[in-house]
Amino acid sequence: MCFWVIYNQMVVDVDEPQDQALDELFHALADPTRRDILRRCVAGEPSVSRLAAAYPMSFAAVQKHVAVLERAGLVTKERRGREQLVRTDAGAVDRARRALEELEATWRGRVDRMSDLLAEGTEPKTRNSTTKGTG
Amino acid sequence: MSITSVDTDLDNLTLTLIADFDAPIDRVWELWSDPRKLERWWGPPSYPATFEKHDLTPGGEAMYLMTGPDGDTSRGTWRVTAVDPPTSLEFTDAFADADGTPLADMPSPRVTVQLTERDGGTRMEMRSKFDSREDMEKLVDMGMVEGLRQAVGQMDGLLTG
Repeated sequence: MCFWVIYNQMVVDVDEPQDQALDELFHALADPTRRDILRRCVAGEPSVSRLAAAYPMSFAAVQKHVAVLERAGLVTKERRGREQLVRTDAGAVDRARRALEELEATWRGRVDRMSDLLAEGTEPKTRNSTTKGTG
Repeated sequence: MSITSVDTDLDNLTLTLIADFDAPIDRVWELWSDPRKLERWWGPPSYPATFEKHDLTPGGEAMYLMTGPDGDTSRGTWRVTAVDPPTSLEFTDAFADADGTPLADMPSPRVTVQLTERDGGTRMEMRSKFDSREDMEKLVDMGMVEGLRQAVGQMDGLLTG
C-alpha cells in the first residue's frame, strides 16, 4: 500500500500552521499529560471520564487539558449518550473523503511516472542526438 | 497530459482514473508485467518499491518492499484475481508483515486495470475500490496516527533533550 503522502502532509500540517495556531499547538504539546492524552486519543476514542480515571487529577483538570488540545485543533469532542468522546479528527465523512484524496494523489503520481517511463523509450538515444546536448 | 479524468465516488468508495498514454498497448502493459519497470513507478520517489515476487497469474502473488528516506520499510502484497495480457489485471493490494502475509485487519482495496488501444495510443482505466468506509477511515487514521506519533515523538525529544 502506498499512502505515504498522508504522513508527509500530516507533518507539514503540524509544521506550518499560522503563528497563533502554532503557539497554541506548542502550548498544547508542551505538557506531558496532554501529550499522553493525545496518544490515548490517537489509539482510540476515550471518553473524558475514562481519561479522567487514568490520571491522578480531578475530572475538571482533565477536562481543561482536553480543552487546550481542542483549541489547538488536535482533538474534537463528540457527545455520545451521557459520555463525551475525544477524537483526533473532525468526522468520518472527512476522513473517508481524505482517504480518496490521498489515493487520488498517489495515482496521479504513479501515472506521471508511467508517462515519464514511456517517454524515455521513444526519445532519441543521446549518442544520436545533438540537439539536446546532454550526455 | 496523461490523465484524462479522475472520479472519486464517496458513496461507492471508489476512485476511477482514466489516463491516455502516447504509447502502444504492449509497452503500457509492460509497465505492469515487468517488475523492474513496475518498481520504477509504483512507489513515490521518497518510498521506492522493490518487487521481490511478481506472479501475474490468476491466484498469483506479488510482494513488494518500500523503503523510506530514513531506512524505514513497509511491505505490501498483491493477490491477483484475474489477468488477461495485455488488456486487463485485477488484484487486491494489502499491507503485509515481514513474511509477506497480508495483514487481515488492514484495508486492502481491490484494483482493476483495463487497457484499450485508442487513437494510436493506449487508454488505461484504473479503478480502486475499498470494501467499507471503515477501511478507508482506518487508512487515514493510520496516517494520522503515524503523523501524530512522529510529531509528538519529536516534541518529546525536544522537551526532554
